[in-house]
Amino acid sequence: MNSDKPLVEVKDLSKTFVLDNSLVQRMLGKKPRFLKAVQRVNLDLERGETLGLVGESGCGKTTLGRCILRLYEPDEGHVFIHGIDIICLNNAALRQARRKMQIVFQDPYSSLNPRQKVGQILGEVSLVHGICTQAEVNSRVEYLLNMVGLGTDIIDRYPHQLSGGQRQRVGLARALAVEPDFIVADEPVSALDVSIQAQVINLLVELQEKLHLAMLFITHDLRLVHYISHRVAVMYMGKIVELGPNESLFAKPLHPYTMALLAALPHLDPRNRSAAPAIQGEPSSPINIPAGCSFHPRCPYAFEICAREEPKLTKIANGYFVACHLITSRN
Amino acid sequence: MTELLTVENLSTHFITQDGIVKAVDGISFSLGAGQVLGLVGESGSGKSMTCRSIIRLVPAPGKIVDGKIYYQGENLLAWPENHMRQIRGREISMIMQEPMTALNPVLSIGEQIVETIIGHENTTKVEARKRSAELLKLVGIPSPESRLDEYPHQFSGGMRQRAMIGIALACKPKVLLADEPTTALDVTIQDQIIRLILDLQVEFGLSVLWVTHDLGVVAQICDQVVVMYAGQIMEITNVIDLFENSRHPYTCGLIESIPNGSAREGKLISIPGQTPNLLTLPEGCPFEPRCRFSVNDCSKGKISLKLVSPGHFSACIRIDQLWN
Repeated sequence: MNSDKPLVEVKDLSKTFVLDNSLVQRMLGKKPRFLKAVQRVNLDLERGETLGLVGESGCGKTTLGRCILRLYEPDEGHVFIHGIDIICLNNAALRQARRKMQIVFQDPYSSLNPRQKVGQILGEVSLVHGICTQAEVNSRVEYLLNMVGLGTDIIDRYPHQLSGGQRQRVGLARALAVEPDFIVADEPVSALDVSIQAQVINLLVELQEKLHLAMLFITHDLRLVHYISHRVAVMYMGKIVELGPNESLFAKPLHPYTMALLAALPHLDPRNRSAAPAIQGEPSSPINIPAGCSFHPRCPYAFEICAREEPKLTKIANGYFVACHLITSRN
Repeated sequence: MTELLTVENLSTHFITQDGIVKAVDGISFSLGAGQVLGLVGESGSGKSMTCRSIIRLVPAPGKIVDGKIYYQGENLLAWPENHMRQIRGREISMIMQEPMTALNPVLSIGEQIVETIIGHENTTKVEARKRSAELLKLVGIPSPESRLDEYPHQFSGGMRQRAMIGIALACKPKVLLADEPTTALDVTIQDQIIRLILDLQVEFGLSVLWVTHDLGVVAQICDQVVVMYAGQIMEITNVIDLFENSRHPYTCGLIESIPNGSAREGKLISIPGQTPNLLTLPEGCPFEPRCRFSVNDCSKGKISLKLVSPGHFSACIRIDQLWN
């Protein structure tokens, strides 16, 4: 393993969904529409690091997470894991590579096979990937359950017999069963009650540190992303608009969208109430992305070039990148 | 402060195959005129069912089994349904969490607002349509005239919620029950909707009962807060005391478990255990199994609210020992 390169390197990743393109629709003369979900995204991630990927619905963060793992096939770009471009791998090689990268899904109710008991869910994944032999499976399952703070009393239970928090822990155990280096956590606690979220978050942080995992943490929850991340990437309409160290980004956000996002977060202080909304309007449709900067129709600072030219994600300081004409022109 | 709505000892139970689920179990609180009261709790707390009980839209097999709900001095639970139907939508209105499922998908937005107006007032369709356009404008929907003929699926999530607020306010109600109206929305849209409801509240002199699990929203908009757990009230107080002087371990636990700052500064203080199973609630305080401070007496008898200071009530029997 090349230790100067990051564990995960995403280069120019793009994904466009084609709509209205079925046979019937084409026969009716309908033209297909193109939903640009992810546009030329560049990212990297080191071992032991959590990169928080934050944005609102429709920004492409979930699609990006799935493209990185090739759960969706990207249309363009590369994903290097340990220096190997997984986009080019055939099925057999990809299955091997999948041991190194796993996902924890948002919905604890649909992400576990309802017809398998917990013991089978965790046992199967260990056997399929050759982590242990049939004889070792029971102790392996016990070890995994222990790791996520669950007791062996749930081995014979079906998912519907577990609480949301327990299911999410099982999902996490399943992801960790193959001993990956890289985990994509896609809104892993959003479907859980607030009092349970903290438990699962503590577990995630603990495991990440213990196992020195690289984690891409996808969420819309700003407080959570600030809590858990080392670095943060902000996405808007398929592109990364700001990427930098957690503390700096939250202390002094640079991109107007990041500023609006942080201003919109309701303060936990009843003595500090803001009067005006942080931002007007809504995001444009991803089928009809505005020319130039996709944020310019809502940006209070937009000027002439913003409607014409798309701003590139530019380095403005060590480890800090912004895609904004206003910021880059100042520099 | 005049009390517009007073809930007294309300109990709403669901009789199921597996047993009786006491979704709301003996709760009492008041909503003052022009006030924003937050009803805070997690899933299973009974907060949504409380709203539905107030507007008498409890789904089967649920039933309001006990208590009174005084609206302007009269017990609305005693009214016949046709009287309640006149009040519902006209004096007491409700907006839901998921506007896509709450709006009728086969009627245009305009038709739904007109339907509400004509159902309650003696007016023509033309007049009602004109008012509908004004309402859409009031709730911040651009080009309201043309959007009246569009269907809910043609609106974004934020727009649908605005439309639902428009429908709820069509007949200028006195009380607005808002059941997690911004939970399904993005944070920037949530911010806009919160400001909209507050502006309308001032303009119309509304009293609002806002159901949420989000303490940030509570901090920004509520005057008074009722904290619920497993169908019962844990604490009632004003919003400032909620954050600065809470007197119940559950409330404190909720506030402490909100991520604040970064993981490098320390673990999140979580509430141990799981959310309660309403079929197998223990005797005594429902929060006892998860409470750091529980003692033997906590699992005995029924809990009741005790006065902490004027307007501040807590159901914890250990207030004096835990806070001094």
